Amino acid sequence: MSDFREQIEAAIPALRRYARALTRNAEIADDIVQDTLVRALRSEHLFHGGDTRAWLYTILTNLNRNRLRSLSRRPVVMPIQDNDAATGGPESGSRDIGRALDELAEDQRSALLLVVLEGLTYREVAEIQGVPIGTVMSRLARARMQIKAYLDGERPALRRVK
Amino acid sequence: MIEREQIVSKDELNAFVDGELPAERVAAVEAWLATHPDDAMKVAAWRQQAELIRARYGGVISEKPPQRLNVERLMRRRYGAVIGAVAATIAAFIVGGVAGWTAHGAVAASPSDLALFTTDALDAYRLYTVEVRHPVEVPGDQRPHLQEWLSKRVGSPLRAPDLDKVGLKLVGGRLLPGPTGATAFFMYEGPSGERYTLYCGRTKDQQTALRYTQGARAAAYYWVDANVAYVLSGPAEQDRLHAIAQSAYDQIDQHTPPQNRQIGG
Repeated sequence: MSDFREQIEAAIPALRRYARALTRNAEIADDIVQDTLVRALRSEHLFHGGDTRAWLYTILTNLNRNRLRSLSRRPVVMPIQDNDAATGGPESGSRDIGRALDELAEDQRSALLLVVLEGLTYREVAEIQGVPIGTVMSRLARARMQIKAYLDGERPALRRVK
Repeated sequence: MIEREQIVSKDELNAFVDGELPAERVAAVEAWLATHPDDAMKVAAWRQQAELIRARYGGVISEKPPQRLNVERLMRRRYGAVIGAVAATIAAFIVGGVAGWTAHGAVAASPSDLALFTTDALDAYRLYTVEVRHPVEVPGDQRPHLQEWLSKRVGSPLRAPDLDKVGLKLVGGRLLPGPTGATAFFMYEGPSGERYTLYCGRTKDQQTALRYTQGARAAAYYWVDANVAYVLSGPAEQDRLHAIAQSAYDQIDQHTPPQNRQIGG
């Protein structure tokens, strides 16, 4: 197997992790990872060195953005199925973080997950999202403020329901 | 001490949490947090968010990926399709004059376009026809919208042929990248769930006859009409596929305005 394909193969577990958090649906996440791999393998001849992993994250990020755009054009809104709830910890906070992510704008969610979950640098995220580093930083700041507001505001209400 | 303290921005607080702060600013931010409890609470909350996200999704990394994401498998399918398409191209050129359909004085397809379109169309066929939940982006009951959208993106007037007569209903369509740019992809379904797809993209060629290509478990008919290449893909049963391809071919042919057509020689 070539270096290129080995690098792609090595990236699959992390791509699945990112896609799972991005879509919060295991089936859709693997669909997007599969599309990403097919596109990457098809474009092997166009790839002349560079960071394979960042390139794969770029394809996946764009595919998910396109998916959400095509969903938003449809008249029927599809429910987001949270079928990975079982992987959350026992504490109530870990149940809420997924819903808090749902509330974010797509670019904010993707920036936050690439940094926090995938451990990429601001510079790498800027290249993946095709924006200046300053934009990445403001997306992160907004994402964090919004998650904090959501967790601070929503958690007591959910507890009362129990 | 106070006079040496510089204001710490929100961006710097984020960078501090993410380990992106330049080393020379770390001590200053730590000192700032010691005297600004509001900011210290924010930083603590952001760190906790990151912990929650990692606790929730971090475990995916140690799951065994499903078979369908196996690179060797995805590559085998790809190489199989390329070799199949190249062989079919050569075969088409050898037998083209004898067995080819020459209804319109067709010119020969450039081998590259035939191979590229057929390979990509069969890839798309294999990738999307197995989809249960998301086979298409726009469902077939929105046919006018689907045709208008794909025509606009591909840059040529496109119709999803009506294949009721050969027992197929339009499932819908999606936009795909193709050898020459944006490509339209229509999916049809038969009474027992078998699926056929029509892949349409722009080409330099004017017009060709039908060309048959058989790959592993799938086959395709390729033709060009008015600078649009069409690939009809489906299960490898040549007679059935031929009947469907001819129905699509005839309808598309009838709808092509005469001025777009090269006079056959």
